[in-house]
Amino acid sequence: MSNVLVLVDHSAGTVRKTTAELLTIARRLGEPVAVFIGDGVQDALPALGQYGATKVIALTNPDLSQYLVAPKAEALQQVAAKIEPSAILISSNAEGKEIAARLAVKLDSGLITDAVDVQAGPVTTQSVFAGNFTVQSKITHGTPIITVKPNAATPEAAETSPEVEEFDVTISDAAKTARITDSKPREATGRPELTEAAIIVSGGRGTGGDFGPIEAFADSLGAAVGASRAAVDSGWYPHAYQVGQTGKTVSPQLYVAAGISGAIQHRAGMQTSKTIVAVNKDPEAPIFELVDFGVVGDLHKVLPTATEEVTKRKS
Amino acid sequence: MKIVVCAKFVPDATADRRFRSEDNTVDRAGVDGLLSELDEYAVETALTVKEAGDGGDDAVTILTVGPEQAADAVKKGLQMGADAGVHVVDDAIHGSDAVATSLILSKALAKLEADLVVFGMGSTDGGMGVVPAMVSERLGLPAVTLGSEVTVDGQTVRIRRDGDTASETIEGTLPLVLSVSDQANEPRYPSFKGIMAAKKKPVETWSLADLELTPEQVGGSSAWTEVVEVTARPPRSAGTIVTDEDGSGAAGLVEFLSTNKFL
Ligand SMILES: Cc1cc2nc3c(=O)[nH]c(=O)nc-3n(C[C@H](O)[C@H](O)[C@H](O)COP(=O)(O)OP(=O)(O)OC[C@H]3O[C@@H](n4cnc5c(N)ncnc54)[C@H](O)[C@@H]3O)c2cc1C
Repeated sequence: MSNVLVLVDHSAGTVRKTTAELLTIARRLGEPVAVFIGDGVQDALPALGQYGATKVIALTNPDLSQYLVAPKAEALQQVAAKIEPSAILISSNAEGKEIAARLAVKLDSGLITDAVDVQAGPVTTQSVFAGNFTVQSKITHGTPIITVKPNAATPEAAETSPEVEEFDVTISDAAKTARITDSKPREATGRPELTEAAIIVSGGRGTGGDFGPIEAFADSLGAAVGASRAAVDSGWYPHAYQVGQTGKTVSPQLYVAAGISGAIQHRAGMQTSKTIVAVNKDPEAPIFELVDFGVVGDLHKVLPTATEEVTKRKS
Repeated sequence: MKIVVCAKFVPDATADRRFRSEDNTVDRAGVDGLLSELDEYAVETALTVKEAGDGGDDAVTILTVGPEQAADAVKKGLQMGADAGVHVVDDAIHGSDAVATSLILSKALAKLEADLVVFGMGSTDGGMGVVPAMVSERLGLPAVTLGSEVTVDGQTVRIRRDGDTASETIEGTLPLVLSVSDQANEPRYPSFKGIMAAKKKPVETWSLADLELTPEQVGGSSAWTEVVEVTARPPRSAGTIVTDEDGSGAAGLVEFLSTNKFL
């Protein structure tokens, strides 16, 4: 069977859920070979084995973490030359997409980004134009390179005990030109990661700047918190939580929009959610065109009462 | 310093966007279009960098690849204050994917001898956000991408990028490829003076031959991805809407969540 390369998305050896999804997808296409960049491969091994990696290629060259994405693309090119994979799967985040873009140029290969599903072929599914169209595509040249969005597959375990193979890569000086000179980690919120969460509660301009009711309702449901651009631009919530065209695209089981009008750019980031709920005091707000359930009312009244009720039912 | 903004002409997001039924490509000719809003942030960045300079020979050029109407994207950039425009137009370009587009842009940027290449964070139609990285790869130039704050200090370009897990400072040395997010600035509106002045600014039209490219290298026949099916998303079925006038909104909401097993 052919090898399918999966670039492991991790933080210091803690494997992100998206990697389990990529490995699950890779098994539909061939034998998953995980490529692990950085320190902590031993910590990651059990998770990679659990989802069926047949082999783990570890790259520890320090140049790979000190510079931006160019060295990682060079490294993957060298791994691909050795493994000759039939496809390469990468997480569809900002870094993953840039690595994939460079790799596509280096390998003279077709690239598909933001896949929401990948089946044997590989045939990919993407959601385009603010989620108004679903497009199925395939790659017709070179080694298919596909970046895959979170929640594109339900991780399915398939226990293996992969070997770790250290792999030496050489990084050119040309790839070492954009440096990361400072990095301030974002404070952990204890809430689920926005793009991976099953439930998201988002607030907009209608919060009037107070995200307290949004956060409290989110916490009662075990949800992530999101925000509209109007809320972000007003400085009420950090940009990393913005949902929409220029923020995150999310597709949770349940999306709750409170005090959000439902502009097309916001819809672009949440329209494919399974169930949509809105609380808005304007019965004419366009968000109501999308909802499965809507409450016309003041979020400052509705959400606290609902939070209390949810907490009561859950205990 | 030669500053070049790569700007894309896109179908208007608020109008009806569609695919051409004959070849499953985005319909760019039969619909209203405009300069991708996200590229306005790139134009603004370029103008700010020029204005902060020593007033020497810094110049801002708008570069666009696209059909006839794409000239509107160049025009908008000139009205905002750019100095010159280049429009690469050729029938053979239709259907080009990101890989081919990056090839055309790279050739044009090399011909323009750009020192600083500025992109927006992605287009409002395709939205892949991969072209800056591809151009950087092809030209062998450093890329600092998705900046939400940009400073140019001599030969050093420094950005702040607010990523998913950290806020990072990233820097590189000119010549360089830069992309900016919609957090980077507040794009200016063209002034009346700007609109009048734009009419006299030089715009060159280049063909593929001017860039020493052949039709086979670009367009639909060179695209390495193929759309096999396009389906319009079925409209969402109408939901239940209740009012909170009598204070029962929260109870209704929790009941809905409970019935649908979200609790
Ligand atoms: C290039 C570009 C990219 C963009 N990208 C994004 C993006 O990624 N994400 C995004 O969200 N937007 C984006 N936008 C902005 C978008 O067009 C809207 O301006 C924005 O989504 C509006 O945010 P909002 O719904 O919170 O605010 P508004 O549109 O002002 O809506 C506020 C809503 O709150 C309701 N309300 C007020 N008070 C209450 C109350 N007490 N209780 C309940 N409801 C109340 C009002 O009835 C109203 O419907 C983008 C715009 C552009 C041009």
